[in-house]
Amino acid sequence: MISAEQKKRARNVGYGYLGLAVITLVIFSRRPGDAGFRLTEGGFSLTLPAQQFAYIFGIVFVGLGAAQLWRGLGKVSNIVLALATAMFVMSFLSWATSGESFSLVGMLQDTVSRSVPITLGALAGILCERSGVINIAIEGMLLAGAFMGAVGASLTNLWFGTIIAILTGMLLAWVLAVFSIKYRVDQVIVGFAINFFALGITSFLSFRVLVPNPDYNSLVPVMPISVPLLSKIPFIGQILFVQTIFVYFSFAAVALLTWAMYRTRWGLRTRAAGEYPKAAGTLGVDVIRLRYRNLLIAGAVAGIGGAWWPIGTVGRFDQNITGGRGFIALAAVIFGRWHPVGAFSGAIVFAFAEAVRLKIGNFDTGIPSEFLLMAPYLVTLVVVAGFVGASRAPKAAGQPYDEQ
Amino acid sequence: MKLELRGITKKFPGVIANDSVNLSISTGEVLALVGENGAGKSTLMNVLYGLYKADEGEILVDGTAVNFHSPADAIKAGIGMVHQHFMLVPVFSVAENVVLGSEPTKRFGALDIERARKQVREVSDRYNLNLDPDAIVEDLPVGVRQRVEIVKVLLRDAKIVVFDEPTAVLTPSEIVEFFSIVRTLTDAGKGVVFITHKLKEALTIADRINVLRRGKVVGDADPKTASESHIAEMMVGRPVQLTVNKATASPKQVVLDVKDLSIIDPDGRLIVENVSFNVRAGEIVGVAGVQGNGQTELVEAISGLRRTSQGSLTLDGKDITEASPRQRHTLGMGHVPEDRQRQGLVTGMTITENLVLTRYHDSEFCNGFKMKWSKAKEKAKELVQSYDIRTSDPDQMASTLSGGNQQKVIVARELSRDIRLVLAAQPTRGIDVGSIEYIHEQIVKERDSGTAILIVSTELDEVMALSDRILVMYRGKVVADLDPKKASHMDVGLYMAGSRPENAVGVNS
Repeated sequence: MISAEQKKRARNVGYGYLGLAVITLVIFSRRPGDAGFRLTEGGFSLTLPAQQFAYIFGIVFVGLGAAQLWRGLGKVSNIVLALATAMFVMSFLSWATSGESFSLVGMLQDTVSRSVPITLGALAGILCERSGVINIAIEGMLLAGAFMGAVGASLTNLWFGTIIAILTGMLLAWVLAVFSIKYRVDQVIVGFAINFFALGITSFLSFRVLVPNPDYNSLVPVMPISVPLLSKIPFIGQILFVQTIFVYFSFAAVALLTWAMYRTRWGLRTRAAGEYPKAAGTLGVDVIRLRYRNLLIAGAVAGIGGAWWPIGTVGRFDQNITGGRGFIALAAVIFGRWHPVGAFSGAIVFAFAEAVRLKIGNFDTGIPSEFLLMAPYLVTLVVVAGFVGASRAPKAAGQPYDEQ
Repeated sequence: MKLELRGITKKFPGVIANDSVNLSISTGEVLALVGENGAGKSTLMNVLYGLYKADEGEILVDGTAVNFHSPADAIKAGIGMVHQHFMLVPVFSVAENVVLGSEPTKRFGALDIERARKQVREVSDRYNLNLDPDAIVEDLPVGVRQRVEIVKVLLRDAKIVVFDEPTAVLTPSEIVEFFSIVRTLTDAGKGVVFITHKLKEALTIADRINVLRRGKVVGDADPKTASESHIAEMMVGRPVQLTVNKATASPKQVVLDVKDLSIIDPDGRLIVENVSFNVRAGEIVGVAGVQGNGQTELVEAISGLRRTSQGSLTLDGKDITEASPRQRHTLGMGHVPEDRQRQGLVTGMTITENLVLTRYHDSEFCNGFKMKWSKAKEKAKELVQSYDIRTSDPDQMASTLSGGNQQKVIVARELSRDIRLVLAAQPTRGIDVGSIEYIHEQIVKERDSGTAILIVSTELDEVMALSDRILVMYRGKVVADLDPKKASHMDVGLYMAGSRPENAVGVNS
């Protein structure tokens, strides 16, 4: 027997498929012509006939919608949903670029690069929430890290700049820790305060200090490094292994945190502190200290995520350069069900939406640019509402720990 | 090993929780620490376990004074504690829960889960606890979870094991099993401190009994010679009546009729399954069962706080299946909810305000727009008087009252109306004996005036003493309809555990 809620969700997803079908059949089939997807930098490309594609996918969507409404797809429904989303994106791209050719590999490469701050922000979120503290302040940590990283790197060198960014992230994390752990202030409120503080102070300093002194805000960012052998793999190699050190660091961080969270003593204690801190406390684990430490680590990780903007990409800081990526990172945490790999895949989805937006902006699609700007946030909304459904946060996240 | 507490005093703002308490326990014996709720038993044990710092007094292990700053110190000194609310992480496996805090590791702090499993298996085999190290704790029944707690303590080489109200959540047959585990522990040379307010159990298992009242040790008792009423008197400070005085019920017409009621929760689990029963005017029907077998949801469905998935409810012949809680209580349903602080009262409002919560919209207290506070205050004064609510001023916050008096506020509010049915869930949970007696009296009085009464309680003694008819719930179903005069404690207990006693007596047709 399934509950009313599950039934309702299956039905809504079904209507969603029908909606996709309408869009594909009515809009995406309007433009005849082939879309050329370049798969390598060299020029090997895949050509798709946009119109025929739209018709095929449209019919598949109708079928899926009907199946979902009739019986529900049960266990495979999430996989089907992921595949259908991919199909929809393909038909959207072939519609948008029909008659022209664009570099798919370049766009995917861009996706991976753009996932860095979201991934690192999400890992910072996981570190905090798994140990029982809600971290809304990721955005502020990223932004402050970006600012200080830009200034530090401009005045000295890239390594020093990154270290300054790390320390900045840790400082904000320490503030969050003191207020939420020691003084037991509502964690969401402290987080918001940190975000507004970071936005205000970096905007002010950028206007008052960086604008009059361009030297403080000008640096040569890091160059991509080709990993020997791996970067020679066709298609994949170009996307994953011709990237900056930030990307490789974020891969390593995801792997390391996954291992540490589920295979080490530290991970066991951290998860216990996030689920039922009293259980850990009565066995002699110092929950307060553990939370402080994990928050500081989270701050450091977020600081590196912030340093990605100046040091990993554009070579400068601009007012509000993070533009809400910290909040998207929060969505990635929930999307990934508080698991590092899940959050990473979430980050890739959001980064993809952003890369598509930037790419499509160059083509004449007739979509107003404001709508394209909304895309990543819209994707966040749809993904969190549609895919995730009910997911379970660490039970004690948000609750201050009382020793007695 | 010998553990002594000397002159322990612990004060909280406004109360002295422990007042120069002396206590000693040696390995190989069972010491029962009995007292009412709020007598200071748990505070004392938290001092012993390093969770609280005593204001005065000292703890001695084998004659030398020790200082416990945290549970880690107490664990090191050989003290283990099984808390009333289990300290287990529900999503962890048994092995993970057991080793938390003293994990076996390999290089780089990697968890040696294989060794953890082995440790659990060893201890579990040695003490016959029968645990699967890979089971996830949230899937385990309460009795098994308690054994996980015991393994946790044993694995840390505890010499003295403290059990805080260990039987509160167990079925009668699990209690028997628990006692045999306690015996195994003392045979293996462990000392056991057994904290309880259930005197029968203290008399059964303890070698010595210490009685705590208002933070002080008021006396010892030898379980071989002492009687239950004698210990109860020490505990409360005056003679107590252990049974409920009531005449034989004379049930009249059906007031509440529950037909084929089923409840499915949002996760799709079947919580209550095809439950049918009725309650007549002038009788008390008691629902017995171990916590978590659907009683809470059943009460919520009857009171209108939860939607039903199937079935119907009738009150005095009117269908109330879809009625709102307001409609239900206007039709004459009084509800004493399970959690008095969260559902029964608004603790941040005054006693007066709480007393008119179900009737603030009556023309008696409200002219449709403005409250008639002077009328409400008059009523409150009258109720405080007639229901023996101990407060100096009804305009004080409800949070200033003791648990027993808070419960009396709820009972006063619900019973003082013109009602046809009383729905009372855990009406005496965690309150003092005096208030329990008083509330039981009020319930019986209400029955005798012709009201139908449905009591839900996890305290089997309470259900047996109050009810004219007992329904036993197990896994969402009503598995038995019994006559408390004929059915034995043990039989009801077996039904609660899901089995069916042989040659059962007292089964109503």
